[in-house]
Amino acid sequence: MATLTLRDLRKSYGSFEVIKGVDLAIADREFVVFVGPSGCGKSTLLRMIAGLEEITAGELDIDGKVVNRVGPADRGLAMVFQSYALYPHMTVRQNMGFALRLARVPKAERDRKVNEAARVLQLEPYLDRRPKDLSGGQRQRVAIGRAIVRQPKVFLFDEPLSNLDAALRGQMRMELLRLHEALKATMIYVTHDQIEAMTMADKIVVLQAGRVEQVGSPLDLYHHPANLFVAGFIGSPRMNMMPVTAAVVGDAAVTVGLVSGQQIAVPASGGATRPGDALTLGIRPEGLHIDPAGPILVTVSLVERLGGLTLLHVKAAGDQDLTVQIEGGDPTRAHEQIRLAIDPAACHLFDKAGQALPRPARHTLAA
Amino acid sequence: MRASPLQRLFAAALGWTVALVLFFPIFWMVLTSFKSEGDAIAPRLLFSPTFESYRDVFARADYVAFALNSVVISVGGTVLALLFAIPAAYSMAFHPTDRTRGTLLWMLSTKMLPPVGVLVPIYLLFRSAGLLDTRTGLVAIYALMNLPIVVWMLFTFYKEVPNEILEAGRMDGARTLTEVWFLLLPLTLPGVASTGLLSLILCWNEAFWSLNLTSAGAAPLTAFIASFSSPEGLFFAKLSAASTMAVAPILVFGWFSQRQLVQGLTFGAVK
Ligand SMILES: Nc1ncnc2c1ncn2[C@@H]1O[C@H](COP(=O)(O)OP(=O)(O)OP(=O)(O)O)[C@@H](O)[C@H]1O
Ligand SMILES: [Mg+2]
Repeated sequence: MATLTLRDLRKSYGSFEVIKGVDLAIADREFVVFVGPSGCGKSTLLRMIAGLEEITAGELDIDGKVVNRVGPADRGLAMVFQSYALYPHMTVRQNMGFALRLARVPKAERDRKVNEAARVLQLEPYLDRRPKDLSGGQRQRVAIGRAIVRQPKVFLFDEPLSNLDAALRGQMRMELLRLHEALKATMIYVTHDQIEAMTMADKIVVLQAGRVEQVGSPLDLYHHPANLFVAGFIGSPRMNMMPVTAAVVGDAAVTVGLVSGQQIAVPASGGATRPGDALTLGIRPEGLHIDPAGPILVTVSLVERLGGLTLLHVKAAGDQDLTVQIEGGDPTRAHEQIRLAIDPAACHLFDKAGQALPRPARHTLAA
Repeated sequence: MRASPLQRLFAAALGWTVALVLFFPIFWMVLTSFKSEGDAIAPRLLFSPTFESYRDVFARADYVAFALNSVVISVGGTVLALLFAIPAAYSMAFHPTDRTRGTLLWMLSTKMLPPVGVLVPIYLLFRSAGLLDTRTGLVAIYALMNLPIVVWMLFTFYKEVPNEILEAGRMDGARTLTEVWFLLLPLTLPGVASTGLLSLILCWNEAFWSLNLTSAGAAPLTAFIASFSSPEGLFFAKLSAASTMAVAPILVFGWFSQRQLVQGLTFGAVK
């Protein structure tokens, strides 16, 4: 059992506030991913949970107990660092057994646990090597092994896969998910990799400049971003943003006018929006289609063929850059003029303050 | 780029010249110690070697007692300095505050003060504390004398240890003492060793405090040499014999530990 509660957690370096009041509840066995742009405070927040960074204000509870003043050695958490931080003077076996040795676990039991972890992580052939004689992926697994032999209540990961190549990263992602399932532990994972966040998380926490922008399941954030920042941050390639003007405002739909004069009725509840207000319309690249009868005339500036699918970078009226995701088999080429249709149900609307106008219907997969 | 044979020859010649110039005084001292007093005064290269000076030196003074004092005081002073410096350097390297750099520089600046400036107060303190001519007294003064350099060197070695390794240790359940013992010390062992070696050598060769604060009981080898210089006037052969005997142990020691010393001083502690 391990639940964590963060209450108005704050961190300042001198007069510079880095974490500006984070509230968050993390359930037992939940896989929580922190994402956000570089420098937003993901690592700092994780290190505050770990106990490596002092908490300036607010409260951190683990299993209902305030642990603000408890040192990292006594919080019962394990952490995997981006640099792996293996002990260079110890063998793999000693690295993995170090925590147990400090906890005075008898040698026989220690060996059993280390061997077991080594088996799970396929590290058995390397147990007597030193970290410098291992590949990046192997070091990475030792770092994870070091965490799992302790059977901690909570695992903390700070961008553990960012030093690996793409293939290995994909493989380790699967491995971590399997471990999460097998270990039945709570995991908190920092990354700025979209795919890691989307595929691994039960719950994503989007941070920006020390504040939580939104918390939700991956598809929740994808289909119901609370604001412009989250809409732009989650999803790759990025969501297209277009300036529009509200024309007809209702509770179930808002009709907006594009720069081109074209009108679209977007399913969203208008709230305080008045006709004539400037709004932002967001549409993901897969929400735009090539349609000879479509209302938006664009010029293709760049074609990125990824094989299975193709990305078109196009320019629309008003010098608006858009990205369109289409079938890999589509023959469209650069400098062609094409017409695009827009799927109203896939559109998002954001008010002047950048807050999303709520969409009345939840996406079926968004919890 | 590869050096041409001529350049390499030149570099080798330069290297040997510097080495010979540096080594010559020691060579001459050893040579003189095997001469008779007559041969010693008129510098000449050809002479019939004799152990006469060594015999005289042994007859006149208890070399072993002086040497034992040197060993005890140097080792004691070094161990004491390390005992204080390791925690000091640890906290400065891994838990720095705004004043850490200032403190370090201040510590080092005390080395700029001529020791003679504090001789009288130290002498009086030692006299009231009954530390004059005791090994304890010299151990304390040597430890204090080397502390700034030892702290500074350890600090620079510790600075090279990635903080995350120690943090990983903390997550694994290490407290300050276990962290220092299981992680920091093994990781910086070459650095700590070369720091200790340097401190040993500095202690061994120290003459100012040993001459001023000891008379017979705790006098180390530097005092032993001095005792052959002043009262006797210029008996070069005996003086050379005494000096050779005084520096021989540290030379041999330095020879065997030079790899360690060079490695620690040039490469840093952690790769
Ligand atoms: N010791 C420190 N003193 C002052 N500012 C700091 C300190 N450590 C971190 N910061 C600042 O805190 C902010 C958050 O840093 P943090 O490392 O948490 O970012 P991050 O979200 O993990 O970024 P990245 O994705 O690049 O790892 C940054 O602006 C950083 O400059
Ligand atoms: Mg970070």
